[in-house]
Amino acid sequence: MTAAVITPSRRKGSGFWRAFARNKGAVLGLVFLLLVVLMAIFADVLFPTSPWDMTAAPFEPPFSEDALLGSDTLGRDIAAGIAHGARVSLLIGLTSTAVAVLIGVCLGAVSGFYGGWVDDAVMRFTELFQTIPNFVLAVVLVAIFTPSLTSIVLAIAIVSWPPLARLARGEFMSLRSREFVQAAVTTGQSNLTIIWRQILPNSLSPIIVSASLMVATAILLESSLSFLGLGDPNLMSWGYMVGAARTVIRQAWWMSFFPGIAILLTVLALNLVGEGLNDALNPKLARKGRA
Amino acid sequence: MPRIAVFISQRLVKAVFVVLAIAVFNFFLVHAAPGDPAAVMAGEAGAADAKFVEQLRQQFGLDRPLYEQLGTYMGKVVQADLGYSYRQQRPVFDLLMDRLPVTLSLTLTSFVLALIGGVALGTLAAMRAGTWSDTAITVVGLTAYATPIFWIGLMLILLFSVNLGWLPAFGTESIGAGYTGWAAFVDRLEHLVLPVVTLGLFYMAVYTRLTRASILEVRDMDFVKTARAKGLPEWRIVSVHILRNAILPVITVAGFQAGHLIGGSILIETVFALPGIGRLAFEAVLQRDYQVLLGIFLLTSVVVVIFNLLTDLIYSLVDPRIEVAP
Repeated sequence: MTAAVITPSRRKGSGFWRAFARNKGAVLGLVFLLLVVLMAIFADVLFPTSPWDMTAAPFEPPFSEDALLGSDTLGRDIAAGIAHGARVSLLIGLTSTAVAVLIGVCLGAVSGFYGGWVDDAVMRFTELFQTIPNFVLAVVLVAIFTPSLTSIVLAIAIVSWPPLARLARGEFMSLRSREFVQAAVTTGQSNLTIIWRQILPNSLSPIIVSASLMVATAILLESSLSFLGLGDPNLMSWGYMVGAARTVIRQAWWMSFFPGIAILLTVLALNLVGEGLNDALNPKLARKGRA
Repeated sequence: MPRIAVFISQRLVKAVFVVLAIAVFNFFLVHAAPGDPAAVMAGEAGAADAKFVEQLRQQFGLDRPLYEQLGTYMGKVVQADLGYSYRQQRPVFDLLMDRLPVTLSLTLTSFVLALIGGVALGTLAAMRAGTWSDTAITVVGLTAYATPIFWIGLMLILLFSVNLGWLPAFGTESIGAGYTGWAAFVDRLEHLVLPVVTLGLFYMAVYTRLTRASILEVRDMDFVKTARAKGLPEWRIVSVHILRNAILPVITVAGFQAGHLIGGSILIETVFALPGIGRLAFEAVLQRDYQVLLGIFLLTSVVVVIFNLLTDLIYSLVDPRIEVAP
C-alpha cells in the first residue's frame, strides 16, 4: 500500500524543482530575476543610445514624453540608466561572488581537511578579516587601487569570503571522518582527489545556498561603493545614479527613487531565490537566520 | 584565578595581537597604493619640481626603506601616536578624536535600538508564528534586509524633511539657531533621529530574523513544556525560559556586526552630512591622506575588538555554562 503511494522521483531534478516551487516567494523572485537578466541582455536594444548621452531636457519628471522615468540633472534618461546599470550590478554581483567562493572554499577546505596547525593558522587569518570593518576595507581597497571593474570585484570578494571559509571548514570537518572518505583514503586516493572528488561534491548544497545569498550582498556592496563615487567611471550603475541625484533630492525625487527601487527589488528577488534554494537543497535543516 | 579573569585576560592578549596584525596589514596595504604622496603634495603646493618632491620625501621619512618606515610606524602606534596628517596640518589622533563622538553616538544608539527592536519583533513573530502579524514582520524584515541603507536615508529625508518638514535632514545641530541648555539637547536629538533610524533599520531586520529562527527552535523544547506545565505565566516563560536561551546566537552575530555598523556609518554620515569618522574616511580616501587612513583603520578595528570583548562578556553573563575556550 505504502509502496504505491511513495513514488520516488526518478530524476533528482524533478524533486528539486518541486521543492523549490513549493516556496511561492522563491518562484516570484526567480521570475523577477529572469526579467532583470533579460533587461540587462537587451539593454542595447531597449535603449540604443548610451545611458550617458543627453536624450531629454534636464529635470524632466517621470511619464514625460521622451523619458518614461524622468531625466536626471544632465538630461540623461533614468530608464536607460537602470537598464544598462542592471548589467553592472549582475556582472559584479556574480563575478565577485565567484571569486569569494573560490577563496573561501579553498581556505575552508584546506583548514577543515588538514586540521591541526593549518586549521589554526587559516582560522586566525579568517578572524582577522572578520574583525576589520568590511565596508571600510572595501572602500579603501577600491580607492587605493583606483575604481575599475577589476578592483571593485576583487575588493568585494576580499571582504566577503570569511563566512564561506567558515562554512566550508565546518562541512569538511564533519565529512572528513565519514566512512566514504575513509574508504577513499584506504584505496590510496591522493588528498587533492579526496577533497575535490569526494568531499566537495557532498558539501556543495550549503555552499550554493550561501553563495546565492552572497550575490545579493555583493550587489548591495557594489551599489554602496558607487554611491560614494567609487564605481567604475565608465559604467552606468544604480548606486552611482542615486549618489549623483543625492544633492537634488529636494527638487527631483525620481532621480534617486527609481534606481533605488531597482536595487531593492533585485536584492529582494535574490534573497527569495536563496531561501527557495535552501528549502530545496537542505530540506532537513530548519531554516536559520543569516549572519 | 577565577574563571572570568582567565577568560578576560586570554581575550585581551588575543585582542592585542589582532590589533597589531591589523596595524601591519594596514601599513602594507596603504603603501601598495599607486602614486607617491610626496608627488601629490608637491602637485597641490603648485611646485612639482624634483628637488621639492625630494625635500618633502625626506621631511616625512618617505625615502627610508619600507621596513624602517614600518618600524617607525609600529613604534608610534604603540604610543597611540598615529602620525601627522600632511593635508589637514594636524595630528591624526586629534582629528580622529574630534570626529569620534559623532560616529560613536550614531552607531551605538542605532545598535542598541536595533537590538531591542529586533529581539522584540522577532519574539513577537515567533510566538505568533503563522499568523498575519508574523507574516507582516517577516515581509517588512525581508524588505529592510534588501534595501540599500543610503537609499533608505534619502527616502526618509524626502518624506520627513522635505515633504512633512518634521525633522532636520542634515548636520548635527541647527547652525546659527543659538540654542542653549535643554533646547540645544533636543535640537541635537532631533538631528540624530533620521540617521539612527536609517542605520538601525537594516540591523533590526537582521536581528528580527535571527531571533525569530532561534526562538522557533527553542520554544518546543522540554524545559519550556515543563515551565508551562508548572503553570508559569506566559510572559515569564517567554522572557526567562525561552528568550534567555534563544538570545545567544543573536548576541554572537551582533558582536560580529560591530564592524559592519561602522562601515555603514560611512554611508549614513555621507547622506546626512554628519562630521564623523566615516565622513573623514571618505575624505581621506579622496585626498589620498595615508596617515589619516591608517589611523581610521586602526581606530575602527580597535573599536570592533573592544566590542567583541564586550559581547564575549555579555555572553558569559547570559550563559553561565560558557566554556572558557582557549
